[in-house]
Amino acid sequence: MSSPVEDVTRPASNEPFLVVDDLTVKFPTADGLVHAVTGLSYSVEMGKTLGIVGESGSGKSVSSMAVVGLHDAKRTHISGSIRVGGTEIIGLSEQRMRRLRGNEVAMIFQDALAALHPFYRVGNQLAEAYLAHHPNASKREANEKGIAMLDRVGIPQPDQRARDYPHQFSGGMRQRAMIAMALINDPKLLFADEPTTALDVTVQAQILDLLQDLQRDFGSAIVFITHDLGVIAEMADDVLVMYGGRAVELGSCSAVMSKPQMPYTWGLLESIPELESDPGARLLPIPGTPPSLLHPPTGCPFHPRCRFTGDVPGDLCERELPDLVPGVEGAAHLRRCHLRNPAETLDNAANKREV
Amino acid sequence: MFGYIVRRLIAAFMVIVATSIIVFALFFYGPSNPGQVVCMATSPQCPAERVHDYNESLGYYDPVTQQYAVWAKGLFTGRDIEFGGSTYPCPAPCLGISYYTRQPVTELMKERFPATLSLAVGATMIFFPLGVVLGSLAARKRGTATDRLLVGSSLVIYSIPYYLLALLSYLYLVIIWGVFPQPEYNPITQNPWLWFTGLILPWLVLGLATSTSYARFSRGSMVESLNEDYVRTAKAKGLAQRTVVIRHGLRAAIVPVITILGLDFATLLAGTVFTEYIFGIQGIGRQALDSIQDQNFPVISATVLIAASFVVIANLVVDILYSVIDPRVRLT
Repeated sequence: MSSPVEDVTRPASNEPFLVVDDLTVKFPTADGLVHAVTGLSYSVEMGKTLGIVGESGSGKSVSSMAVVGLHDAKRTHISGSIRVGGTEIIGLSEQRMRRLRGNEVAMIFQDALAALHPFYRVGNQLAEAYLAHHPNASKREANEKGIAMLDRVGIPQPDQRARDYPHQFSGGMRQRAMIAMALINDPKLLFADEPTTALDVTVQAQILDLLQDLQRDFGSAIVFITHDLGVIAEMADDVLVMYGGRAVELGSCSAVMSKPQMPYTWGLLESIPELESDPGARLLPIPGTPPSLLHPPTGCPFHPRCRFTGDVPGDLCERELPDLVPGVEGAAHLRRCHLRNPAETLDNAANKREV
Repeated sequence: MFGYIVRRLIAAFMVIVATSIIVFALFFYGPSNPGQVVCMATSPQCPAERVHDYNESLGYYDPVTQQYAVWAKGLFTGRDIEFGGSTYPCPAPCLGISYYTRQPVTELMKERFPATLSLAVGATMIFFPLGVVLGSLAARKRGTATDRLLVGSSLVIYSIPYYLLALLSYLYLVIIWGVFPQPEYNPITQNPWLWFTGLILPWLVLGLATSTSYARFSRGSMVESLNEDYVRTAKAKGLAQRTVVIRHGLRAAIVPVITILGLDFATLLAGTVFTEYIFGIQGIGRQALDSIQDQNFPVISATVLIAASFVVIANLVVDILYSVIDPRVRLT
């Protein structure tokens, strides 16, 4: 246990706590190989929040589950590199991966009712998570720790509620319990996979506040997965937009939100209703359907749905996959688009619409 | 919970009463002649007159409702049964007396039941753990060679008619190769070792044959539960693989399997006809088969009644067990 390799809290170099480098995840199925994630790279520093946005099937959950090591190794092809605190976790033994999971790296799932075991008391499920990484702790200590965590996430009368079963909790409380369980071992890195999608708006706001509070206290890195750009705007320092299993835009939250560099991101932002806009006006959807991951489109994955392919000379969009490169705005804002100056093109399109 | 159990017990009682009425009706409205049966049991010559006398003394010419009332009353208070000029006491719970041996049927059942109970318990100890373990293993390894081997071999055994499997095992393992001793029932109270060795082959054959359906059923249930979100959560907590599979996966997967176990066990208690017949075990299943051939009505009706009671009670036990395993189930 004391071997220095396993001490993942101290990164080997000065690189960010989580570094995902050229991650590719494929699932062999009866119909063929599903390219769930292709060549994905991103990093998250301690204390920072990265928001990952995308439609269902864009690879946002799959890539995160790869970091937590939740894919069945026999049914998944994973390549590339994932370094957590300097430790390469692709190809890590199950034994050592298990020590990381729920300890250094924890995950909050979307549907807390389905994600908590229906047969065990909430307190026991929390204690179990604690005991998994504190084998020398007594049951009593683990239970007390569980109750303390329930208290920390704002569940009233935690010592009594710990004896309840998940179905006796309300939706918001279940999600709080889920968060308490994920944070019980003080993880350095927390994945939150659509933690508020199933909740109503007021409870959603409470949960987001709670996560921000906890991040301040624990200083952990958070990867926040959602399709809700409003949530991203509130939570994230950086944003990664995924489409068809690839990163299509990556930059600081403010830059991506105010000056999108990729027609897909722009489409997402345009489809959000604004308070000041005409209530009778139709929302602007992105036409078409998400791409098949079994037979990904050639060229840019977004080209069959893109409104701006005409602005690119020739049939470049159909033929060639654009690289994820910095745009005119600076080196920190990456985009995957053939448009010479996407921000300008998109701006013009937005203005035309408003006039 | 208490009110629920009381209501269920009342319902169970109604089912048993209904079953007994149906059995009674089937017998009396069918082509039956108990006087003939009783008479033939005593002498080869049966003039119509004597048959009539026997039927008269058995009350066969009384209205069916009255006969049912007499029978039902005897169940609680006991009664004296007379035929052929002699009176036979039948203490409560009286299920009638055998037309052949003239023993109270309750006595016969008490004599035969331990053998059937031993068979049922022993076989269950084999098929339930074996089926669940193999099924879970196949579910864990689904899609692999291990899975295909387990599913395939269970299908092969399942598709062999049970009586053929039992007969062949008896023929080869006992008679030709002599691997197992001649199967027989010895009460466990007299000699536990003889009890064990006498029943080991019937247990194995019945257990193995029954385990195949449990293996397939557990596999299906386990595949489903291993795909549940809460199993993923358990894995994400960093629990050991074994804990994830057993404590989180199997615990949920076992619930539907237990439902089937309850009913199967009740059916086994009502007699394992083929097993008892082929291995020569004197249990109530074999007795039921003999009494059907002999038209020994009191024994038939008693067997059906007992079988119905077991099934109804097993159902109730399973439902109560359900609420213990799954906290979401509240019995009201």
